[in-house]
Amino acid sequence: MISFLLIILASFFFMGVVVRTKSIASGRRGPGIFQPMKDILRLLKKGSVYSKTTSLIFKIAPVAYLSSVLMAILMVPHGNNPGFISFDGDFVMFAYVLAFGKFMIIISALDTGSSFEGMGASREALYSMLVEPAFFILMGSFALYTGHTSFFTIFSTLHYGSYISYMLGALATFVFVLIAMIENSRMPVDDPKTHLELTMIHEVMVLDNSGFDLGLIQYTSYLKFAMYGAIISNFFIGVLPFWISIPMFLVVQFGFAIAVGVIESFMARFRMGHNPQFIFILTSVSMLIFFGALLVLGKFM
Amino acid sequence: MEKYFIEFFNLIGIIAIISFPFFKTKGRGLITLGVIIVQVIISSIVAFYVFANGPVSHTFTGSFITGPIPFRIDFLSAWFILVISFTFLTGAWYGLHYMKKYKDQTDNLALHMTAFILLYNSIIDICLVQNGLVLLVVWEIMALSSFIAVIFEHNKKETIKAGINFLIQSHVCILFLTMAFMWVKVKTGSFDFSAITAYTSAEPAITGIGLFLFFFFGFAIKAGFVPFHTWLPLAHPAAPAHISGIMSGVIIKIGIYGILRVLLLIKTDMVSLGYFILAVSVITGVYGVMLAIVQHNLKKLLAYHSIENIGIIGIGIGLGCLGLGYNSQILVVCGFGGALLHTLNHSLFKSLLFYCAGIVYQKTHTMDIEKMGGLLKHIPRTGYLFLIGSLAICGLPPFNGFVSEFFIYTGLFNGLQSNDFLFIMALLFAILGLVVIGGLALICFTKAFGIIFLGNSRDHEVRNFSKEKPMDFFPLYIVALGILIIGLLPVILAPALLKITQMYMSASVIPVTPAYNSILGNLTSVGWYSLGFIALTALLYFLRHIITSRRAQTIEATWGCGYTGDASKMQYTASSFIRSYRKLAGSFLMIKKDKQEASGLYPEHINQETHPYDRVENWFIDKPLHLIRRFLNRFVFLQNGNIQAYILYGFIFIGLVILVPVIIEKLAVFFNFLNQL
Repeated sequence: MISFLLIILASFFFMGVVVRTKSIASGRRGPGIFQPMKDILRLLKKGSVYSKTTSLIFKIAPVAYLSSVLMAILMVPHGNNPGFISFDGDFVMFAYVLAFGKFMIIISALDTGSSFEGMGASREALYSMLVEPAFFILMGSFALYTGHTSFFTIFSTLHYGSYISYMLGALATFVFVLIAMIENSRMPVDDPKTHLELTMIHEVMVLDNSGFDLGLIQYTSYLKFAMYGAIISNFFIGVLPFWISIPMFLVVQFGFAIAVGVIESFMARFRMGHNPQFIFILTSVSMLIFFGALLVLGKFM
Repeated sequence: MEKYFIEFFNLIGIIAIISFPFFKTKGRGLITLGVIIVQVIISSIVAFYVFANGPVSHTFTGSFITGPIPFRIDFLSAWFILVISFTFLTGAWYGLHYMKKYKDQTDNLALHMTAFILLYNSIIDICLVQNGLVLLVVWEIMALSSFIAVIFEHNKKETIKAGINFLIQSHVCILFLTMAFMWVKVKTGSFDFSAITAYTSAEPAITGIGLFLFFFFGFAIKAGFVPFHTWLPLAHPAAPAHISGIMSGVIIKIGIYGILRVLLLIKTDMVSLGYFILAVSVITGVYGVMLAIVQHNLKKLLAYHSIENIGIIGIGIGLGCLGLGYNSQILVVCGFGGALLHTLNHSLFKSLLFYCAGIVYQKTHTMDIEKMGGLLKHIPRTGYLFLIGSLAICGLPPFNGFVSEFFIYTGLFNGLQSNDFLFIMALLFAILGLVVIGGLALICFTKAFGIIFLGNSRDHEVRNFSKEKPMDFFPLYIVALGILIIGLLPVILAPALLKITQMYMSASVIPVTPAYNSILGNLTSVGWYSLGFIALTALLYFLRHIITSRRAQTIEATWGCGYTGDASKMQYTASSFIRSYRKLAGSFLMIKKDKQEASGLYPEHINQETHPYDRVENWFIDKPLHLIRRFLNRFVFLQNGNIQAYILYGFIFIGLVILVPVIIEKLAVFFNFLNQL
């Protein structure tokens, strides 16, 4: 439960920190860290314009997207405290629930009958397919390393022994940061600030959403960031008591947000054609982690 | 009781067929449905009885050729009887509505209905019979009746071509099975299934593996494992929708039943079998879905998805075998349990999808996805049912596809705690395969649903859509309900699955201990979680509805960057949706492209076509056929149209048949003589 509340809290400031980091990196003062949330509140109060091509799917999709992410967050533990629900193999459920949200948002883009949105939908479907193996192999490595198969049992028994295991932790963090970037369609793969529809992925899928729905979709994306941040923080929390773990959680979330801001400020977006290769790298790195875990456990050959 | 069940069950079917001449087409249709309903009820009662009170069996005396014919209904048979019966029930019901359009073709329909009843009876009998020879006879009845059911529209050239392809491949399948049963018969002198166990436990493991391979190749053709799948994508589009649904839902599952049955009987090195099945299945799954994505014929797309799902089932079976080999109870339960559950789940959502495809076909008269679009507004019921099917087949919660995939994932991740390096690598390979299958299925079904039902029509042909009749949808609702119930309450099936998996464990050395609680607990959690997911979504949607109903809402055209003309031809098409994927996977696929470049200031009308083809079919069917034909062409002079010559060939043949053994005998005597010198 504590983890759920913390993630909601983190989602309020996460994007603000990213935007602020980007402003500072480009030599501006930038808005306050709650500005993105204020924008969302403004959106939630607005009326909507619907396309006459769309159907009920278009209205259900933003809600399904949000609820899928909320349900996923329910499973994320906070160190020694389990999430709202925890069972063996819950990370499989985690990935598939998120996929449900993605499915809905993709078909809602196709619902508008716009070729721009079709393009975004096509890319989103492909990239989310490509990134999935990295997540599963990473979780597989953790399962292998700790001998458990749920988020809670994995993270509460995760401890680092040798140097190699520290290196594996670092690699896992790297992979998770990039998974979060791809899942949220951020910089090296997609540029949310681009103004040309042809180069967008996520932004172009929601071109026709307006008002309340757009607010929901954008907030969901912040939640997703905070959720991945929480999972990353779990790599380090372990069995620490609350008075260390909660500040540590916030530090990790801030660090993650600043990292996202820095990546977005100093990296250019890849060419669309190069994205798959980049995403494949993640799978290879997580394979490396898997073999590393085998090595640490002495099961190699 | 079981004796009467078996006799009575088949008798009803035969009486129904005999009564056909005394009725008109409508009456025949109702009789078919009625008979199927009665038989489904009877067989379900027996199946439930078996699950409650344990296996039943009865042995008929048989003849001097077959030997005694044991019929046995154990948990495995009962499970498959239930799965098959349910799909046949919905299929017959749906088929009655579907076939109304063809009610003028009286003879054709009568033949079709006869084949349908025979098909159901033979499939159920296959699940019961425990005698190799009788099994082959029943199998042949099934192959022929399904062939007749498939070629209903035999006046179309493609249909008859696909049908003959199906017929030939079914008989290659029978050939393998015949060889396997003959092997056992020659060695033990019995066609009884128990002879297989007796024979393989007495012989070294390699014999068992060899025998299993014969069975496996036979059943794999029926089930559609790559590279034996080539009949499937041809036969499904050719058949009427309810037959496609039944074929994909249950007929190919008979192959799975066969493999599971043989695994119970054969005593051999399960570890090698496990690795073999796992490798074939992962390739099958990934290859099936990779090809499904590039298909633009809806039924063909669904057919390739059947191959993919057979792959998932196979991964479960492989995992179960590895569990038997490595004495791991949890792997056996998760592997075989997941495979059995996925068999049921796939039969539900795939039949639903095929039924929906049938309705789409009857409304649009095409199966080409590129010509569709915006159908959700005309046929909303079909659209939403198709969506449920799509979500379920992608394995997304809260639907049933997720439960069985979760079962298999649980086994795979649990197995990682082993100490065997090779085993861990195999599991990693299987996990990767399953994840890739899931991701690709998502691409495929967002494409299928999005392009068919959403957006605007891509074809300017004006079609008048007659309204959907709610009554016609009854069988589809039942299937959808089944999908949802299994998704939310997977626990209700757990006892049955555990009973079946125990059969495997008790057949091996693994002690059966009640350590299933964790698995049961997991299933309950999955159910609760899915229910919570639905509740949360409904709640949020309700809140959204309350809030947005107070806000201003305007209806406008889709944002088109300032373009105000008709944008329906500019929409993303199915091939543009998968273009990036096609480029990425291009080296695995085989896509014939017919591309023209637009040139000049005022380009002419240009055309661009892509035709996906199957690389495995090219390697395993087309190329060998081509070589054989080239070789046989050298003997074409023999076929000179001269009847006297043909009679001569006949005499030469008969002469050879008689002479060759005699000559061989003489030669043997001669060599013996030489040896003695």
